Amino acid sequence: MLGKTAGGLFWMSRYLERSENSARLIDAGFRIALTRSKSAADEWESVLTTVGARTAYCEKYDDFSSTQVIDFLLRDTSNPGSVLSITKLARDNARLVRTAITREVWEATNESWMTLKDLFRRKVREQDLPDVLNTIRQQSALVRGAVMGTMIRNDGFNFSRLGTFIERADNTARILDVKYYLLLPTIANVGSSLDNVQWETILRSVSAQRSYRWLNGPDTNPVQVAEYLIINRQMPRALAFCYNKIDDNLGHLEGNYGERTTASQMADDICEEYMSQPIETIFDNGLHEYLLEFLAANNRLAMQIEQDYRFQQS
Amino acid sequence: MFGTDDTLRAPYAAYQKWLDGEKADRLKRKTREAEAFFRKTGITFNVYGEEEADERLIPFDIVPRIITAREWRKLSRGIEQRVRAINAFLYDIYHRQEILRAGRVPVELIAQNEAFLPQMIGVNPPGGIYTHIIGTDIVRTGDDQFYVLEDNARTPSGVSYMLENRETMIQMFPELFSQIAVQEVGRYPQDLRRSLAACAPPACSGKPTVAVLTPGIHNSAYFEHSFLADQMGAELVEGHDLSVQGGRIAMRTTRGYQPIDVLYRRIDDDYLDPLNFKPESMLGVPGIMDVYRAGGITIANAPGTGIADDKALYSYMPQIVEFYTGEKPMLENVPTWRCSEKDQLAYVLDNLPELVVKEVHGSGGYGMLVGPAATKKDIEEFRKKLENNPGNYIAQPTLALSTVPIFTNAELAPRHVDLRPFVLVSPKGISITPGGLTRVAMKKGSLVVNSSQGGGTKDTWVLEE
Repeated sequence: MLGKTAGGLFWMSRYLERSENSARLIDAGFRIALTRSKSAADEWESVLTTVGARTAYCEKYDDFSSTQVIDFLLRDTSNPGSVLSITKLARDNARLVRTAITREVWEATNESWMTLKDLFRRKVREQDLPDVLNTIRQQSALVRGAVMGTMIRNDGFNFSRLGTFIERADNTARILDVKYYLLLPTIANVGSSLDNVQWETILRSVSAQRSYRWLNGPDTNPVQVAEYLIINRQMPRALAFCYNKIDDNLGHLEGNYGERTTASQMADDICEEYMSQPIETIFDNGLHEYLLEFLAANNRLAMQIEQDYRFQQS
Repeated sequence: MFGTDDTLRAPYAAYQKWLDGEKADRLKRKTREAEAFFRKTGITFNVYGEEEADERLIPFDIVPRIITAREWRKLSRGIEQRVRAINAFLYDIYHRQEILRAGRVPVELIAQNEAFLPQMIGVNPPGGIYTHIIGTDIVRTGDDQFYVLEDNARTPSGVSYMLENRETMIQMFPELFSQIAVQEVGRYPQDLRRSLAACAPPACSGKPTVAVLTPGIHNSAYFEHSFLADQMGAELVEGHDLSVQGGRIAMRTTRGYQPIDVLYRRIDDDYLDPLNFKPESMLGVPGIMDVYRAGGITIANAPGTGIADDKALYSYMPQIVEFYTGEKPMLENVPTWRCSEKDQLAYVLDNLPELVVKEVHGSGGYGMLVGPAATKKDIEEFRKKLENNPGNYIAQPTLALSTVPIFTNAELAPRHVDLRPFVLVSPKGISITPGGLTRVAMKKGSLVVNSSQGGGTKDTWVLEE
């Protein structure tokens, strides 16, 4: 497979994952804004910080009103991180790797872009937002379904999955970090009574409210939420789950190509360092520091994969 | 569809019978469905310089163009003869130049031609083949009268539309294909791959690796490039994926460099190799010409092939066919005036309102004058261009082109068409896919069928015997 094609598959999947994640976050923010009008602006600010768009937003606007933030995050083409921009990037990458994906995957990606382009022709009204966010997630599910149902399990599939899980791990870590950091300005506050509703939104944004209850009962406890999102190997958006998949896919590539890469070693090291310590230790040493280091390590791994498999000319 | 006496032509009888049973509403709906289908599959072409609408659909018409097996036999024999002559001409022109010595083609037409590549003199392309893929543009003026309008011997495009048009028709009107026996076109990608593989270079060991070279995602024909690579199961590469490695052209894969044997390139000669041609070009592969000359890779179509489809040379094609095949051409040229010649220029200038004037090196319907459709002002402007640079133009009469019906506003209306059959050449022989791409002028009375000028396409049926 061409290095460029591997890179295209990797990024196509990253962008698809990213657009879904934005929709999830906006959904969580919107829910808070509906139920607690007082902290709505804070909540939107934290959503912007999570997706890394706060600086760009503040260059354009002075306050964090819902309609403005929503517009910026969904359909503003001057925002390279808006759902519309990201979907376009996913589609451009799919076009680039047209020869490595099935007709179904291509059509699903292309249709998803056309649907959203059409949806975002006008400003999204508040009453339409739930429907719109639903559509984004549905489109994303359609592409994922096409990938899982039609793509041959070759190296191309592995690169696509690597993109998905690198991005997802990044997203989950960011959600946790921003929430935690904003909620707990000082380390001394760890364990103090927290705003449960805010932690609920974290669970909501990763579609894990119900499954969390199965495991932990009715109370929302920050340590347990963090444990669930970091160490649980069954929760599809948890860091440990993502790294399990990253390991699998790097392992398949290794078997296919008969070559152990630096990236494989690096992924093993990340698992060892970040997913095998008890949550109490993580909290003792500082969750924020832990997450920052993890994000950097995750990013280094992405760059190492790029290098090992020659995505670009070196 | 109708003969000169307004009677239904025989090949359309079965289709007409089906059409009579159809409701206009259903056909209207099918037209819309076809558009959605093309959008969804991403069958678009890019228009340069139009930001918003940078991906456009080529209008598709649901009424097929129908050709009988007998007509097709005649046509395809004529095309085959012409393609043989073109390859022989190319070999000759880059070797002994006997046709020039014999005085059948003027020397300056070659010597001063930008499409002629001195770098190709004495080079022997693998299998002796220069043009592996040709699209010959044909127009029809009467029942048995076909003319060749153009030989696209360098990078003919449109074959993906031929294939997708058929696919769309089968999806929309499956019942038609069970009622009427139409010859298949769907094997083209496999044929293309087989044909290209048969032209592998001396350096190839084992199963030939075939790749398609595209200028990239922003090229107007990117859809076609990716479509062909996809359908052939070949890699789609750009210049920056390739480099010279150990005397071969190799592509950068996830496991290191892997040599390519046959490169179906869809970029022009000038951009192919910055070391040998345009130094600023980022599209090509530095050093590919040296590898090529040493037999390390097959380039399809061969560099320098463009000399054969140059419009200035077009008017000599009948002589070229006769010179190399020893036979009269089975397909005629459209009569052509060469503006480089004084008396012919005078005639052209006197008769501009009746003529079509084209740039010698132009393509895509740009830079041409269609006399009967032009305003007085257009004509006077073009007259100046002609006087300033007569060698840059040829002129042709506007033929009484045959028309075929299109479906418009719930009824059929006649429009002018041309036909581009696709030809594959390998040492094993020449194959022509039955049919080709029918391009149609969507505007009433218009003769311009180019997609870049708003022309559309339709499915082309060659009936079974």
